[in-house]
Amino acid sequence: MLANSPFAGSSLAVLVLVGCALLSWPLGRWLRAAMDPQTASGPLARCDAWFRRLGGGATAGEHGWRRYCVQLLVFNVVMFTVGVLLLALQPGLPLNPDGKGALEWSLVFHTGASFTTNTNLQHYSGEVAMSHGSQLWALMWQQFVSAATGLAALTALARGLAGRPLGNFFVDVQRATFLVLLPLSLLVACLLVLGGMPMTLDGAVQATTLEGAVQTIARGPVAAFVAIKQLGTNGGGFFGPNSTHPFENPSFATNVVTTMALIVLPMACVWLFGRIVGNRRHAVVLFAAMSVLLLAKLGVAMACESAPTPAFAGLPVAGDVGNLEGKELRFGPGAAPLWAVLTTCTSNGSVNCMHDSLNPLTGLVPMVGMWLNETFGGVGVGMINLFVYLVLAVFVAGMMVGRTPEYLSRRVEVHEVKLAVLAMFAHALCILGGTALFAATSWGIGTPNDPGAHGFSEILYEFTSAAANNGSGFEGLGDNTVPWNVATGLVMLLARFVPIVLPLAIAGALAGKRTTAASAGTLAVDTPTFGVMVLATIVFLGALTFLPAAALGPIAEHLQTVR
Amino acid sequence: MAKPPTSLFAAALVRPALVQAVRKLDPRVLARNPVMFVTMLGAVVTTVAIPTAGEELGFVAQLAAWLWFTLLFANFAEAMAEGRGKAQADALRAARSDTMANRLIGQGRIEPVAASALRKGDTVVVAVGETIPADGDVVDGIASVDESAITGESAPVIRESGGDRCAVSGGTRVLSDRIVVRITVERGHGFLDRMIAMVEGARRQKTPNEVALTVLLAALTLIFLLVCVTLQPFGQWAGASFSTPVLVALLVCLIPTTIGALISAIGISGIDRLIQRNVLATSGRAVEAAGDVDVLMLDKTGTITLGNRMATAFLPAPGIAAERLADAAQLASLADETPEGRSIVVLAKQQFQLRGREVQAPHATFVPFTAQTRMSGVDLLGGASKRRIRKGAVEAVREFVAAQGGATDPAVLATAESVARGGGTALLVAEGSQVLGVVHLKDVVKGGIKQRFAQLRAVGIRTVMITGDNPLTAAAIAAEAGVDAFLAQATPETKLARIREEQAKGHLVAMTGDGTNDAPALAQADVGVAMNTGTQAAREAGNMVDLDSNPTKLLEIVEIGKQLIMTRGALTTFSLANDLAKYFAILPAMFAGIYATGPGPGPLAALDVMHLHSPHSAILAAVVFNALVILLLIPLALRGVAWRAAGAAAVLRRNLLVYGLGGVLAPFVGIKALDLLLVALHLV
Repeated sequence: MLANSPFAGSSLAVLVLVGCALLSWPLGRWLRAAMDPQTASGPLARCDAWFRRLGGGATAGEHGWRRYCVQLLVFNVVMFTVGVLLLALQPGLPLNPDGKGALEWSLVFHTGASFTTNTNLQHYSGEVAMSHGSQLWALMWQQFVSAATGLAALTALARGLAGRPLGNFFVDVQRATFLVLLPLSLLVACLLVLGGMPMTLDGAVQATTLEGAVQTIARGPVAAFVAIKQLGTNGGGFFGPNSTHPFENPSFATNVVTTMALIVLPMACVWLFGRIVGNRRHAVVLFAAMSVLLLAKLGVAMACESAPTPAFAGLPVAGDVGNLEGKELRFGPGAAPLWAVLTTCTSNGSVNCMHDSLNPLTGLVPMVGMWLNETFGGVGVGMINLFVYLVLAVFVAGMMVGRTPEYLSRRVEVHEVKLAVLAMFAHALCILGGTALFAATSWGIGTPNDPGAHGFSEILYEFTSAAANNGSGFEGLGDNTVPWNVATGLVMLLARFVPIVLPLAIAGALAGKRTTAASAGTLAVDTPTFGVMVLATIVFLGALTFLPAAALGPIAEHLQTVR
Repeated sequence: MAKPPTSLFAAALVRPALVQAVRKLDPRVLARNPVMFVTMLGAVVTTVAIPTAGEELGFVAQLAAWLWFTLLFANFAEAMAEGRGKAQADALRAARSDTMANRLIGQGRIEPVAASALRKGDTVVVAVGETIPADGDVVDGIASVDESAITGESAPVIRESGGDRCAVSGGTRVLSDRIVVRITVERGHGFLDRMIAMVEGARRQKTPNEVALTVLLAALTLIFLLVCVTLQPFGQWAGASFSTPVLVALLVCLIPTTIGALISAIGISGIDRLIQRNVLATSGRAVEAAGDVDVLMLDKTGTITLGNRMATAFLPAPGIAAERLADAAQLASLADETPEGRSIVVLAKQQFQLRGREVQAPHATFVPFTAQTRMSGVDLLGGASKRRIRKGAVEAVREFVAAQGGATDPAVLATAESVARGGGTALLVAEGSQVLGVVHLKDVVKGGIKQRFAQLRAVGIRTVMITGDNPLTAAAIAAEAGVDAFLAQATPETKLARIREEQAKGHLVAMTGDGTNDAPALAQADVGVAMNTGTQAAREAGNMVDLDSNPTKLLEIVEIGKQLIMTRGALTTFSLANDLAKYFAILPAMFAGIYATGPGPGPLAALDVMHLHSPHSAILAAVVFNALVILLLIPLALRGVAWRAAGAAAVLRRNLLVYGLGGVLAPFVGIKALDLLLVALHLV
């Protein structure tokens, strides 16, 4: 039945990806106009004047990278503190129709860190633990401003590469929130309500089933929450099961809308970058390189998921419908791998199937996505992560053409290389260091549901998800413990701000350099060859670091099952 | 310069390099290179593990041995690169042997002092056969000097006071005459001293690009250290334990030892390749900058055109026979020893079979060229007739004719004008009051130079021709030579301004110069190559000195700079690309026992795509490959990767294919072959 569906397999992927790629172009134009306005008159300029007036002294002036980073960090510290306070004081705050109780301290810290950092790794189930007030004020608000932080940081980075001051964070974050995220979320939320998603401030409903049992059906302002969850690459679900829940993703139509909302802004961020640095062909090459990675991951995931789960081997079950374990059949068979790949390419982390139930090698694909973390990536930050690889690619490729390496006409020297490799090291340290610590100590041993390779994958996935600020879970991990909450909370904070501050420092350093003229002898960053170079850098510097861990996790599990 | 051995692996170089390779195992030396330092720590740890290895004794001992070999190969590469410089330095030092000098102490009195006692500002007298004691400027006299100690060129050069040929170097020998030299440098800072320091690499500092690459390699080492250290707890989870030597083997294979081992040899040999071409760079930084240069400012004369203009045609005035013009021109040029003059004599002979006549002094008075008259010629007074023949600049000859009461035919002036417009120089020839016609002198563009410029354009380098000619002439020659732009009627000031202008537009500029008035421009240029024949001021201002004084060499200098950086990039790529195959050799060997359900190997043994003999042979083969590849790449590091005149896109494509794709594939073949060999030799 499913195999005959018009949207079987790759058709959905083609529809979503082509549709988003087309939409991302005008959206990128809008992003440029909104985030980095070039006109002194018109409605956008009036908005800008408003933003400047709102912050008084703080929103005055354009700054270098140091001041910009301080502004960004101050804002995020405030965001984190307010979020943590709201969660800690939940029982006493309004909009708590179901009388949700207090949260454990490490969970409050973890959740605060998780939503401040745009990760939305959830060690709780929303419908059980959170009041409507917490969902809206502590969590949804952060989903807006954390995504806005990423967008602001990318804009600043691109300005620096264009040789300009990085800007004013307090202005940028307002532009991102009010001109980009709010209008888009409103649009998507309306579509979702039309698709049958609940949107109410009332509490849960008591229902009596046909058998006479009483059932509590949780509901709330779901549509609003899901819109920004997807658009802002947040991923934190209103309900515990995330977008597999029938109220969080009721139908095929809402699934298409939310899948598109997941990838469209990260795609548009590439164009935003290209427009500000003034080299759109460069952006095309980066977009193409990211697309190649995306399609490769998607291809592997779809091929692997087309086989039934290994647990069915030898059982009298139809073998031609692929792996249906942990899938929501209302979305069609291609929807799960597509979402799984997109949600981990970007730093979204919402799920519409259970990643734990993916076939072993399919399960590797989301991990690869998060290890690399720059296949479009999170809103703003995905492109920033790619920038780190670009610096290294340009450095090696620049030498190969026989010149002191330069990127966008500015020389890449020891300072820039140092900061870029530091960012790469931080990412690897968070994942490998954290996994090693928990695999070897009682903090981690015993927390996975499964022994052996699959259990290892669960630990590896959790740290990977935290370090990539992704937030998806492999599940099957008893992760609401103090060590898990504290460790992944710290990893999320570290993995969020180190990879934002270091690239901004690079951009600041490059902005101050004398430009060199381009000639036939300079490395062109807008050619397919450079695209290949970028891909090679990502694979050899990024992916190879994780090959041993991959071998002991998903690859070992896969090889065990094929024997 | 005493020619050093030219073969890359001459025995005279290899033997001392082997000794040096062992000496350089000093941890203090290795600490300069993070990759090799970590390799050394790994070798020490593995060596310490030998006694406790039990059954694996043979395996661990071999592992330790190959790790030490890895270090020795790296040291050998560096020692080989330094060795070539050392051989040259020794030859130079022989020339510096302490000599005696005759110091002038006022009123022509002379006192003999040791050369080492001379101070800056002293004046010394150097006579025939004596060695010039230190660098300085000739303040009096003219002499032919044998500079072969420095340049390797046996033909003597003329050094004279005043002008742009006054600089002499310590260690060179006066062959004729006697000169007075003012010492311009303190002892130990002379040209020869700088050369020795340079070729020895004694004061070699890492260049900016080299430092950046070292940082990248150190960080990658740190990342792979993290990978290897975390592997132990990962293994524990799976119920496996890895021995330290095996983890060290994985680490050494993953960290970029290939480029780490060769990085210093690449830098030294870049400078060495310059020295081979008789160019001395004051720093490695200058060589790197040469690779970045995208504008070359080239003097027209000597670089783009043959040094001299040649007569190419006789264009007679209306009513005058061409033969008469040729005859008069030849007569006027007989005593003219300048190349232009000689070319007129030759042309007349070729076209009209007019033989150069001996004109004896009683009959003829030769009028030499001066900057004031801008004419030369001859007055023939013998016999009845009195002939006054002049040739020279159009204006000068016109005035000469007018003074004799004659007039210049407008047709002749038109001819002269068209010659000038075509890039040539018109010489007017007159006899008495009559203008006979025009001799067309032409710059002869060097053969092959146009193709050279086209190559440069392909790699993104623009050429700017500098000339004192008027814009008309300059444009014509520029078109013929194929340069991209020209600077006509150049003065030292306009040269400097042009360099600044190019730099402001983001270009990096290289230029050559010799005169003292070139010094500011040489200092301003990103790469300033001073001619060795030039003045001391010019030699100090530039960051390179060309001992052959051949301005065309600028092109080679740029190539060497590019090649140096390219070699670094190519070997870095190769080194990193190698990791894939090494993973596929070592990981299956390490993980073979994990999750095994029976007595056979576990599921991860399937990763052994190369089907290697055993875990031990696989690990050893990877380590041996890692060590041998350093040895195999030493010639490439010393020679540099092949340089082709192509745009950046094509170069990148080619290097990515050769060193990237090649780097991925080569170790699969190499490790498999070594595995077979190790088994055949019963080493595992």
